[in-house]
Amino acid sequence: MNNKIEDIKKINVTKPLKLDCGKTVKDFPLAYETYGKLNENKDNAILIFHALTGDQFVTGTNPVTNKEGWWVSAVGPNKAIDTNKFFVICANVIGGCMGSWGPSGNQKETNQPYGLDFPVITIKDIVRAQESLLEYLGVEKLLCATGGSMGGMQLLQFCATFPDKSFSAIPIACSASHSAQNIALNELARQAIMADPIWDKGKYFLKNTQPKNGLAVARMVGHISYLSEQGMQERFGRKLQEKADYEFSFNADFQVESYLRHQGNSFVERFDANSILYITRAMDYFDLSKQFKGGLVEAFKDQKTKFLIISFSSDWLYTTKENKDIVIALNASGADVSYSEIITDKGHDSFLVNEPEFLKTLKGFLDSMYEKFKNEKRI
Amino acid sequence: MKNLKMKKEFKVIADLLPDNTRVLDVGCGDGSLMNLLVKEKNIEVRGLELEKQNVQKCIYKGLPVIQGNAETELHQFPDQSFDYVILSQTLQAFYNPNRVLKELLRIGKFVVVSIPNFGFWKVRTSLLFFGKMPVTKTIPYKWYNTPNLHMCTIKDLFNYCDSHNINIKKVIGVNEDKTSLINKNNLELKNFFSKLGIFLIG
Repeated sequence: MNNKIEDIKKINVTKPLKLDCGKTVKDFPLAYETYGKLNENKDNAILIFHALTGDQFVTGTNPVTNKEGWWVSAVGPNKAIDTNKFFVICANVIGGCMGSWGPSGNQKETNQPYGLDFPVITIKDIVRAQESLLEYLGVEKLLCATGGSMGGMQLLQFCATFPDKSFSAIPIACSASHSAQNIALNELARQAIMADPIWDKGKYFLKNTQPKNGLAVARMVGHISYLSEQGMQERFGRKLQEKADYEFSFNADFQVESYLRHQGNSFVERFDANSILYITRAMDYFDLSKQFKGGLVEAFKDQKTKFLIISFSSDWLYTTKENKDIVIALNASGADVSYSEIITDKGHDSFLVNEPEFLKTLKGFLDSMYEKFKNEKRI
Repeated sequence: MKNLKMKKEFKVIADLLPDNTRVLDVGCGDGSLMNLLVKEKNIEVRGLELEKQNVQKCIYKGLPVIQGNAETELHQFPDQSFDYVILSQTLQAFYNPNRVLKELLRIGKFVVVSIPNFGFWKVRTSLLFFGKMPVTKTIPYKWYNTPNLHMCTIKDLFNYCDSHNINIKKVIGVNEDKTSLINKNNLELKNFFSKLGIFLIG
């Protein structure tokens, strides 16, 4: 997509990874970025899992897109996740398109992108692929791991798979299994891409192009689901886009239409359509209860990690109820868990925007966990 | 209500709890009691709190707290999952104190309940001599804005436990800095002179 993509940090994962689909892979690239410095005691590392369309460039300027990092509201010098104090790590998920092993990467045998020859991956595969990175960076135990939305789902998987890898965890606006509504919305996004003739069964890369129309519609679906009804009404209402009256056409008369079109069109410049198919599929397959035979309580058995679950009152994509189900399971397993619901009209997007209550909670928890972790390490 | 609570109460409650136990503080406020229990008794605490600001205060202190309503959300805690469950001066504010008490006894092996005593002499004389609903330090509300829907006396709760076959381990009356044990024999007197009753049941 961009030449700069060759310059970003990568490790080559040599340890064989047996995927949930049955295939085993090795020697694949995992792209990552870090912020701040790992201190001498190695007790200040925080791992961030990114959401569906995120990448490893959490804060500062993304060198590939030249846009701000996706979590610049929360991560950076003197921010809630303070990079003056903490060593922040984020990897691009496998299946993604920011340098990690994904459908837009070249197959060794053919020197052509995988397209649909890329195996269907799961959230568990995505998480296990990141284990080598911590080893490579010399982090034995994380101070904290966090992530919102699909990032939160990865985090729950991470805690269930590696119960002793992180001192604390902050899953934000997520779910332990994808709901019917969420699967439906993902299906809508996939169908929009696959209905675009340019998609050509995933082989669009042969013509060096993208199914832009389908991908843009897929992104519009996403953006509707990230906002709340009230938030959308307040922001756009029935306001018209730079005109005094209706045009009696199908152009973007309304501001909300113009907003969605803009979001859709700018997205196609930075994201691979096949990646959306693969990552949304991984989200849909996510069901932590199913993975652990005894249900969600079993998934969190013997947890030593200290949890803070955060949900947003107006989030209808990953509702307070779904987040509370995680809290209930953690409680039932005897884990150390806190829960806070942030009252806001900003919907699912709340964790990405400047939401003071949320950022204060994030900072307060992290700082108290840092003190505890330092004490524990001293003893 | 919480900020007016006597500090003495926390000390009395802490003394009732053995070291190294697992304790759920229902309506844990800003976490003051939980903090005391962690630091002085190495108790593994969990809190449930309704007020957003209090929840944040607990989180800043690194105390595990769940934002939620005890009236409707106690079901999330499994049977007998805590050694002790504490309910400090909140029982009277529930729509259904009976159901909440049963839930607490289900969750904890023992339950510590404290109540502002409506049988305290100042409360009684206020109604008797002035003919007005009592407003005191421990019950500082007017009749029209009080969150206290089910005020009761030490004697009421004592009788309640008796008639519901709930085992009373210990009852302590608190008046300012003085505490005294309450039993069947001195119940009338202590019900008159105690501002606060602290029950250990289960």
